[in-house]
Amino acid sequence: MATKVPLQDPNLDPMIDPRTGEYAVIAPGHNFKSVTQKIAGIVLTSNTPLGWFFGLIVGATVATGLVIGLTWLFLKGVGIWGVTIPGAWGFAIINFVWWIGIGHAGTLISAILLLFKQTWRNSINRFAEAMTIFAVVCAGTFPLIHVGRPWLAYWLFPYPNTMNVWPQFRSPLAWDVFAVSTYATISIVFWYVGMIPDFGTLRDRATMPLAKTAYGILSLGWRGSTRHWMRYETASLLLAGLSTPLVLSVHTVISFDFAVASLAGWHTTIFPPYFVAGAIYSGFAMVLTLAIPIRKFYNLDDLVTLRHLDNMAKVMLGTGGIVAYGYGMEVFMSWYSASHWEFFMMWNRMFGPMGWAYWMLILTNIAIPLTSLWSRKLRVNVAYLFVLSLIVNTGMWFERFVIVVTSLYRDYLPSSWGTYRATFWDYIIYIGTMGLFTFLFFLFVRFLPMIPMSEIRMMLPQTKVDRGGEAEHAIEETV
Amino acid sequence: MPPREGIYGLLAEFNTPTELVQATEAARAAGYRRMECYTPYPVEEAAEALNVHTNRVPLVCLLGGLMGLTTAYLMETWVNVWSYPLNIAGRPLFSWPAFIIPAYEWTILFAGLSAAFGMMALNGLPQLYHPVFNAPNFRNGATTDKFFLCLEAADPKFSLTDTRAFLEQFPAVSVVEVDH
Repeated sequence: MATKVPLQDPNLDPMIDPRTGEYAVIAPGHNFKSVTQKIAGIVLTSNTPLGWFFGLIVGATVATGLVIGLTWLFLKGVGIWGVTIPGAWGFAIINFVWWIGIGHAGTLISAILLLFKQTWRNSINRFAEAMTIFAVVCAGTFPLIHVGRPWLAYWLFPYPNTMNVWPQFRSPLAWDVFAVSTYATISIVFWYVGMIPDFGTLRDRATMPLAKTAYGILSLGWRGSTRHWMRYETASLLLAGLSTPLVLSVHTVISFDFAVASLAGWHTTIFPPYFVAGAIYSGFAMVLTLAIPIRKFYNLDDLVTLRHLDNMAKVMLGTGGIVAYGYGMEVFMSWYSASHWEFFMMWNRMFGPMGWAYWMLILTNIAIPLTSLWSRKLRVNVAYLFVLSLIVNTGMWFERFVIVVTSLYRDYLPSSWGTYRATFWDYIIYIGTMGLFTFLFFLFVRFLPMIPMSEIRMMLPQTKVDRGGEAEHAIEETV
Repeated sequence: MPPREGIYGLLAEFNTPTELVQATEAARAAGYRRMECYTPYPVEEAAEALNVHTNRVPLVCLLGGLMGLTTAYLMETWVNVWSYPLNIAGRPLFSWPAFIIPAYEWTILFAGLSAAFGMMALNGLPQLYHPVFNAPNFRNGATTDKFFLCLEAADPKFSLTDTRAFLEQFPAVSVVEVDH
């Protein structure tokens, strides 16, 4: 991913590696102790920054909306939402797909980029994984409350019961249960396994007795033994290798929820790849939304450098391109299929009563990002990337809105056409999940190591073992 | 079981991974076998010096994956063909292509859990107590920036005086006795 043209004179900016002309992944001058102190200090300090309390309270306040919304929902039922016939799927499924898509970037960074030996991922993988888990928590809420009687949601799982009733495994909705529950479980396990050595560091550096005990238990007694490290590295690699097909399959299965139905606009074979690309696209946008304020607030510019932001913007450019191809193919197929229904669906999507949503989607997901991200100046412009990440997340929400709503509200039979209008309760629950996400994320940055210390140590030049004139080691690529 | 009394071993502390690897290689060449390195991040050269090349985590993971695959597939078949057969739009009861998807997910689920918990089990974790934690300098460095080599007393070649003299010929920051 290295471009050779430096943005400015390398002599002027210490962050630019003079050999490659590229921004360094880690600022020069760091050693094992300094990175450990910097990252562990954020967690172990007794001086919690006031801004943290402010953010936590904002998150908690917004999450109260979720609590209120869910309480009213459980009292009254899903009738308080805008869902109706024919628009039987509304915000719940849109938000579910949106949130779970956001989670995908975390797994991509922690698994796929690990397999591809992209060491720049090390600084951002922990909080990207945290983002995945919190996004899956928010996503998982929606199918549970959408079933109408959430206290019976466990019926989704196959378990022996006195009714002798079992799930129907030919249904994509049953596949969803397996895909999403596996995804949540493996993400949590991968995240926790990744943190074990860092918990050991926190245990050894903590001064408060409670912190010592808590991190000591979480570390499972990690002592950095070489035999342990070797098994640990194997397990991490295996988890990465397993998460890669998992993350690709999760959004594929979610796209089956649509693609297996025989509705115009849903029944297409392009859905799986285009859903996965869209998921990664929105996920990287969310990583940028989170990483940019965090690196500013905690002064982490030397560990999360412009190189990371640049690389993430490049991934967005690539996946955004796939998404654009997906949109183009949908339009092409609606003509090429020679199906009257497909053609009408696309016309209705573009120029019908909700056409504005389609053009909004094209503007925010394609027009703005895919024209500007080619410029390196903009890719390393932190403020621009932050605004862009918000734009893309809006765009990806509109994508799901367009797919879900425009295919449903005007289907085959004009006499059954209707419309869809979200209610106050739809909005308050959706916005409430954003509060929940923010709340969980603030707890995470305060109590857990948000950058993997052991992996950052491995990127330092001091790791090189001098074997007396033996061949150069693979450390080279990490510098 | 190693003896629970007396000392567990001698722990040498190094500043760089290179010094650790050289000392470990020399200790192995000198005939020591019961020893372990402790490092703040995985040092592959140390594993080579200890003659540790393979581990059984991949096998555990494979077995877990196969178990997940067969469990899910057999369960789906039993449920939808025998226990609770439903006619869904005339599709065959044994809809094997549709059954692949949950089976695929459970393959990954079981394999992933086996890899993670298998790694912990093979490592003997959780194990909150270990003698090396008794060394006064261990916790300050082993998880931050220091590299340790522990020659264990259970080794037949171990002798408090000779082994200490052996370790002190390397540029170790310190060589300390580790109690049980």
